[in-house]
Amino acid sequence: MNLLKACFIMLSGALPVVAASPLFAEEAKSGYAFIKPDTRAMQDDDFENPGILSVEQGLELFNEKQDSASKACADCHGADGEKMDTKSIARYPVYDEKLSGIVTLQNTISNCRNNIGSKALPTNHPELIALETFVRNRAHGETVNVQTDGPMTELLEKGEKIYQTRYGLIDMSCSHCHSLYPGQMIRGQKISQGQGNGFPAYRLDIGEITNLNQRIQQCLTLMRAEPFDSDSTEIKLLQLYIMSRSNGLKIETPAVRY
Amino acid sequence: MADDTAMLPEDYCKWGVVDYAIEQPLCGLSGDARRGKQIVSDGHLGNCLACHQLPIQGIEAYGTIGPSLHGIASRFTEAQIRIRIVDTRNINPMSIMPGFYRDPRLINRPGKPYRGKTFLTAQQVEDVIAYLVTLK
Repeated sequence: MNLLKACFIMLSGALPVVAASPLFAEEAKSGYAFIKPDTRAMQDDDFENPGILSVEQGLELFNEKQDSASKACADCHGADGEKMDTKSIARYPVYDEKLSGIVTLQNTISNCRNNIGSKALPTNHPELIALETFVRNRAHGETVNVQTDGPMTELLEKGEKIYQTRYGLIDMSCSHCHSLYPGQMIRGQKISQGQGNGFPAYRLDIGEITNLNQRIQQCLTLMRAEPFDSDSTEIKLLQLYIMSRSNGLKIETPAVRY
Repeated sequence: MADDTAMLPEDYCKWGVVDYAIEQPLCGLSGDARRGKQIVSDGHLGNCLACHQLPIQGIEAYGTIGPSLHGIASRFTEAQIRIRIVDTRNINPMSIMPGFYRDPRLINRPGKPYRGKTFLTAQQVEDVIAYLVTLK
């Protein structure tokens, strides 16, 4: 028994180190690799993919000049958003010192709207989600390319810490499912790596277009945890870290996910 | 990290670990195997099938995260099963498995409806154990 206890103590001490080491780091795989074949088919067909409705709604809003506004998004960025740089879209979330840190794609859209005098909307307002979906979709097929050096290094470390922290009554961290068990079944679904490249994505489970910020909140709620507020530092750090894990994957917005 | 403001519920029964096992039934309760079988299958209660395979018919999809529980009682004693349900992190600190009777004060950022609560009640845990010990 003493020998067994000694082994256990050694093992329990060593486990967190081993699990966090890059030895176990798997190649990044899109959630596309984990969904069912019929879900993949749905995503691939623009007539079947329900997320395309949000892209179209976003396109309309992009071209709409509100009464209070001096212009529409399209006046600068092109009627179809063709003047936007897809490589820049693929860099989000970005770092901006003047804006005190992490700036999400939706933050930029929101700031841009405010600058032209459109009515300010709260984070994750359906119109902002539609615009975010539309803009991200312009960069469909572009490679996710989040900055990981400079001021991002420290922020990513903080984000990773949150990713590895247990939350809620179910008491799991993001990494428990998405780093240790991707590919395993949880009930009828395969656990994915929790990548961000498909978001905003249409979620079959709730039947709604969902951005990464909301998806994190939904996951935390499922863990019976108090979700982070949409504008909190914690959720932005987590969004940044999750999207950086997706570096190298192609943008699939709007993906279809469970 | 832990929820410092949470109080230990009045009806929470303390338990002790000896040699990686919990010998005494929680609160001295005795379990009912029939109820236990319902609890393990119920997605809103034990939800054991989310992660484990069990000899229960008519289940659409099992989970494959945890080990199969077929024959669990021929591998572990009742007391060893009890610690695995109550708070398996006493055995494996890295485990993904929730502690179904973990001290609620150790839960980080519980959702409001779950503050100060255990995943299952002491009676439900004992019911689950009563069912699992039948799986020889």
